[in-house]
Amino acid sequence: MKADPAGVLTGAHYLDGDFACGEGAMAAGCRFTAGYPITPSTEVVERIARRFPTMGGLFIQMEDEMASMAAIVGASWTGTKTLTVTSGPGFSLMMENIGLAVMMETPCVVVNVQRGGPSTGLPTMTGQADMMQARWGSHGDYEIIALSPQSPQEAFDLMIDAFNLAELYRVPVLFMMDECVGHMTEKVVIPPAEEIEIVPRTLTSVPPGEYWPYHVNGKYVPEFARAGDGYRFHTTGLTHDERGYPDMSAECQEKCVHRLLEKIKNNADKIVRFDEEQTDGADVVVVSYGITARVARMGVDLARKKGLKVGIIRLIVVWPFPEKRIRELAGNIKAFVVPEINYGQMVLEVERCAAGQASAICVPHGGGGVHDPNDICEAIVRAAK
Amino acid sequence: MARTEIRITGMGGQGVVLSGYVIGRACTIYSDKHATMIQSFGPEARGSACSTTLAVSDTEVLYPYIQRPDVFVVMSGEGYEKYRDELKDDGILVYEKDLVHPRLKKGQPSFGVPSTRIAESLGRSLVQNIVMLGFFTAVTKLLPEDAMREAVRSSVPAGTEELNMAAFNRGLEYVDEATSAPVVEEVKS
Repeated sequence: MKADPAGVLTGAHYLDGDFACGEGAMAAGCRFTAGYPITPSTEVVERIARRFPTMGGLFIQMEDEMASMAAIVGASWTGTKTLTVTSGPGFSLMMENIGLAVMMETPCVVVNVQRGGPSTGLPTMTGQADMMQARWGSHGDYEIIALSPQSPQEAFDLMIDAFNLAELYRVPVLFMMDECVGHMTEKVVIPPAEEIEIVPRTLTSVPPGEYWPYHVNGKYVPEFARAGDGYRFHTTGLTHDERGYPDMSAECQEKCVHRLLEKIKNNADKIVRFDEEQTDGADVVVVSYGITARVARMGVDLARKKGLKVGIIRLIVVWPFPEKRIRELAGNIKAFVVPEINYGQMVLEVERCAAGQASAICVPHGGGGVHDPNDICEAIVRAAK
Repeated sequence: MARTEIRITGMGGQGVVLSGYVIGRACTIYSDKHATMIQSFGPEARGSACSTTLAVSDTEVLYPYIQRPDVFVVMSGEGYEKYRDELKDDGILVYEKDLVHPRLKKGQPSFGVPSTRIAESLGRSLVQNIVMLGFFTAVTKLLPEDAMREAVRSSVPAGTEELNMAAFNRGLEYVDEATSAPVVEEVKS
């Protein structure tokens, strides 16, 4: 299905990453946003709040981030595409209800414009230290989808993908921006609505009375019934059977949670997305994401000038992680170099997948700025030895 | 052109960020350059010294922050004091003549314009930054006049286009007088 033109601001713009992210959400069909605005993500909701009235959207400023997350889970059950926007401290508060969205299989998107942490940390400065929280922050076993844009243009483009993935897999999708991308202004081209492909909510064809909310019929994802369409059903964060009713048994837990994992794991090949460049014959492969991917390319260029064979993997979808490709590459190279604006998070995943076949070298940065490309080059030089 | 770095600074409320935005638009929408703009965030954006930077290039900008600007546009004394040392030795200094009293260096092209007084003569001191942009366009020759004009026109509030165009043109014209007798003075320490 094509995008609703009302939400698409077609044309060439000069926008910051936050505004572009908001435009992406509206183009993707988001019509409900609840949030407790926090630096450096505030401009996302400013943009949405200003533009929503022109397209029948509703923005609510909530009392806190727990309520914001709860509101978008509830609103999603009316069939509306929903969004909340935050940064580190708020992301922590949203964790419980992100788990609820996972368990109830509620499509929604959560933007985290990452700043330096822990705690209130560096409100106005960049960080990438919430990457593992995105994967493991809520309790219990689950699989999640997360994306990371490297520019305002990608903040727009990937928001469309984020909403589409949320619908396809009925899972909260986490949009892991960083302050640097959020607050940088660059050219953003927004295509005409008819060129934007949108995944609508898959509504059930089963009549009310016969509908079971978690009956999957051999598929991975159940069909959806909107609140207000005459369907009477139960949904809960408790372990539940196909009818949506709590069933406190190990058997039901296995069936219920296993499918939540499988629907992402078994479709990982379709979800995983990364850029790959010059990895054939490379001795070192640099793995990075977000703003760091741009700075890393400068480090790679410096190393190539020294005659080193360096490849690049840029993560676009960060969760699920491209396990398969990293494992394949590990057998052919000496080392992975992983610069990130934290003290080593995604590098752990690279190390796990490399499984000793190649080393995984972290190039840390504590936050508040981006790497010096020379530091990345030096790490590549050391890794190639 | 490999990469040109620009810093614009002034007081919060002088239109520093809008100036950066206009230059960025002129580069990316009305000419075929790449431009990444970063604006200062925090308390300084609400009163005292405020600043925005641009990295302009013919190719994709990878590194978003600037190191040493090639062009330094200054609208307040405080902004000058805060950032004056980072300007490249042969970088271009563009300043508000009545509000900034720079210690001019030999070999550093320096151009002053009384942009606030010019804006006041047009009836709105608010357009001071647009006068400055006109002046910037002429002395730096970084961007075509038409690209800058279109960027101003499409960035200002509807209904104020004529006033802003007049402000832009006054800044542009002032240069003709200024460049015929460039104000480049020796440092007197």
